[in-house]
Amino acid sequence: MARIIVITSGKGGVGKTTTAAAMAMGLAQRGHRTVVIDFDVGLRNLDLIMGCERRVVYDVVNVINGEANLNQALIRDKRCDSLYVLPASQTRDKEALTMEGVGKVLEDLGKSHDYVVCDSPAGIEHGATMAMYFADDAVVVTNPEVSSVRDSDRMLGILASKSRRAVNNAEPIREHLLLTRYAPERVARGEMLSVDDVQEILSLNLLGVIPDSQAVLNASNAGIPVILDNASDAGQAYSDMVSRYLGEELPMRFLELEKKGLFSRFFGG
Amino acid sequence: MGLLDYFRSSGRPKGSASVAKERLQILVAHDRSARDRPSYLPKLEQEILAVIKKYVEVDMNAVSVNYEQEGDQEVLELNIVLPESGGRA
Repeated sequence: MARIIVITSGKGGVGKTTTAAAMAMGLAQRGHRTVVIDFDVGLRNLDLIMGCERRVVYDVVNVINGEANLNQALIRDKRCDSLYVLPASQTRDKEALTMEGVGKVLEDLGKSHDYVVCDSPAGIEHGATMAMYFADDAVVVTNPEVSSVRDSDRMLGILASKSRRAVNNAEPIREHLLLTRYAPERVARGEMLSVDDVQEILSLNLLGVIPDSQAVLNASNAGIPVILDNASDAGQAYSDMVSRYLGEELPMRFLELEKKGLFSRFFGG
Repeated sequence: MGLLDYFRSSGRPKGSASVAKERLQILVAHDRSARDRPSYLPKLEQEILAVIKKYVEVDMNAVSVNYEQEGDQEVLELNIVLPESGGRA
């Protein structure tokens, strides 16, 4: 049975889809059979970030309704053989995601994959709760900013009470914190919450810190998961994050300002 | 940053982040305590108040119900303030 990982956040625009794409690609690159599903029915974007938007024929709602089978709907990634994308539906209404339907799709995917990464929509509406219900792991994507941190805490409450594991009194969901859009120079100036601040408030296992980086926009512009950009700080940070998820212990990188040389220290720069 | 700035800015960095942290800590603690409470608490509070009112003249704020979790123990604390005169005879 595959492990189901939900990428979640209360607030929108914090980097969930970027994270889902990067994490799925990272797991697949390491040889794990992985599928990434977009649960944002009506506003699908994962296909764009993955760069497969022109290959979408069927979507998750078609599969639930029996209009297509899983093999017809799954899109194999062109860069990595063990990665598949299951897009969200663009037009239908959200209620099309039924609990039984989603459960069945996840169960079927679980038979032939090691990891199922679910990109959930923001907020606590239908699609989001559906993705969270079945999760084994949750990655709570948070920006170092008040509303995002607060909403993340609310999501933790929902994960702890409304998920399948909570309802069945099973071992609770493993919750991880991923801090994104981190700007060390603003933290140093005291203008942005630090990693330690956010961890102190949310007290969660820190899976990674992704620096605020131009590479993320470049990657989404091109439809390439940023983790494939090995040279970039964000790409390396995502790669570290996947390794940590798989059990490696790695120090956090990109938390400090780049050290300035003696010259610029004296003369400004 | 030049050398002079280096001396000037020594000491604790001041900025809006510390305000943000303080506000969030209070808010999150409050949200969490509300989240963990059983849903019957408000009704319980009302009914206790109704029973007390049968015997003693108390106002709406005389009864406070607190719910706390300490380790694996749940503590339900009731605090009832009786009026000084002793109410009705």
